[in-house]
Amino acid sequence: MTKILVCISNVPDTTTKITFTDNNTQFNTNGVQFILNPYDEIALARAIELTDGGKGSVTVINVGEAATDATIRKALAIGATDAVRINAKPHDAWYVAYQIAEYVKANPFDLILTGRESIDYNGSKVAGMLGELLDIPSVSIIKKLDLDGSTATVEREIEGGKEVLSIPMPFVAGTAEGVAEPKIPNMRGIMGARTKPLTVVEPAEVKTFSEVLSYETPAPRGQVKLVDAGDPAQLVELLHTQARVI
Amino acid sequence: MPVLVYAENAGGKFKKSTFEAVSYAKAIADATNTGLTAISIGDVAAADLAALGNYGAEKVLNVANDKLKNFVNQAYASVIAEAAKAEGADIVVLSNSFSGRGLAPRIGVKLQAGVADGAVALPSIEGGKFTVKKTAFSGKAFATVELTSAIKVVSLTPNSYKVVDGGADAAVEDFAVETKESDFKAMIKDIVRSADKVSLPDAEIVVSGGRGLKGPENWGLVEELAELLGAATACSKPVSDAGWRPHSEHVGQTGIAVSPNLYIAIGISGAIQHLAGVSSSKVIVVINKDADAPFFKVADYGIVGDAFEVLPKLIAAVKAYKASA
Repeated sequence: MTKILVCISNVPDTTTKITFTDNNTQFNTNGVQFILNPYDEIALARAIELTDGGKGSVTVINVGEAATDATIRKALAIGATDAVRINAKPHDAWYVAYQIAEYVKANPFDLILTGRESIDYNGSKVAGMLGELLDIPSVSIIKKLDLDGSTATVEREIEGGKEVLSIPMPFVAGTAEGVAEPKIPNMRGIMGARTKPLTVVEPAEVKTFSEVLSYETPAPRGQVKLVDAGDPAQLVELLHTQARVI
Repeated sequence: MPVLVYAENAGGKFKKSTFEAVSYAKAIADATNTGLTAISIGDVAAADLAALGNYGAEKVLNVANDKLKNFVNQAYASVIAEAAKAEGADIVVLSNSFSGRGLAPRIGVKLQAGVADGAVALPSIEGGKFTVKKTAFSGKAFATVELTSAIKVVSLTPNSYKVVDGGADAAVEDFAVETKESDFKAMIKDIVRSADKVSLPDAEIVVSGGRGLKGPENWGLVEELAELLGAATACSKPVSDAGWRPHSEHVGQTGIAVSPNLYIAIGISGAIQHLAGVSSSKVIVVINKDADAPFFKVADYGIVGDAFEVLPKLIAAVKAYKASA
């Protein structure tokens, strides 16, 4: 029986236009729909595939306040066995990793998956921090994951290529596209999700090391300069003499 | 207390993103009136190690240990954290490359340090307050983060800081470190690195294609233009989802975020998720037959026209430019 833990985040939908309030110090959640982080959906889908047919169980864990329960239920509807929510605001990656590590120390798993990054803060940090806190291997961005007994074969993305690794369980990995296709919950899953166990755990005390002070959006670009479709040589000229990028 | 920078190599050679990280770390060292020490792990030629001085390193710690020849993040993080302790460094800089993302969080935990990942500008250090600007919301925004720990780890987004050279050779010292067995559980079975292609995250120019190209058989035009410009090829999400191109080429909110000097988008309409991944590009060129495509609103230069008519002419124009240059 393979016990897999999938760490999930509750993030703004990918179509969200990002704005801020309170003098650009707070993310404006007004009218924003929150979803299961797309990379975590990939982790969850692969965890379900790997444990399908009674080969194991999939627990999802989230560090968040009660508002994230809808996203946790979605993960249960997709096929997770049970869920844990650590009842705290996810202050930063270190805080989240610390809380999950504390839970895992008391409740061991064979494999811990995270998405390669959350699409809000994009830190790619929780997997590595968890690995360090638990003193087990971690791989930050994987494109493929297969299990053979207690050893896994993973493909890690590197610049301009890939690396194939063999890793004994337990370890932590951050999943990216290619590991699995996200699964869409069916009606039976949605009905069943209501009664699956969701345990709420209070957080451990820990000091944090970072604070977001403010946000800004990228500077707007000037008006586009259009070049005649029949004369792309003019574009090449502009890129060379005006933009100086070629 | 010097700044420590990890000088990453790929197959024994330093990359441009490494020189960017060393130049960036040098600027931090200058701002804090301290020196810069670089650490290299693996099999790098002595001349290349000394040449890190060109970018501002005064001293280079060389870890030439057979067990550490290939990157294993767990073991490398241990070595870098040990070097930080040995040097008394309170700021550790590395590139936010694929490997850097595996290292920074582990180093952060080992040193009880706050980690600022994906920095896009030099930190501000005033009155003991250390803040740095980093990407957030997948390129749709930036966040200014304060690190409140005694030691700080900063990873630099590739292509966001200019390489500064002109220094003298650095002094290279061997750095011996005890490795522990438990750091080597992950075993590398194979490394595949295509030497002839420009890697997308490092690329200074990116040529990207969307659904407007109609099928994978038409990518020859994209590849030809990319090769002429020394560019990497990329694509939009529908293209990689359809299997026309590999996922590793998918640029956008759920793919890879790039910050090249020049991003050329061909037949991509510019959905908000795609724009997130390219917003840090310095110059954006859009070629699309639909004049109302949202991508034109965030482009610097545009051509309204059919890709199959424009691309051959553009390729010819680039060839002519190269012949005259």
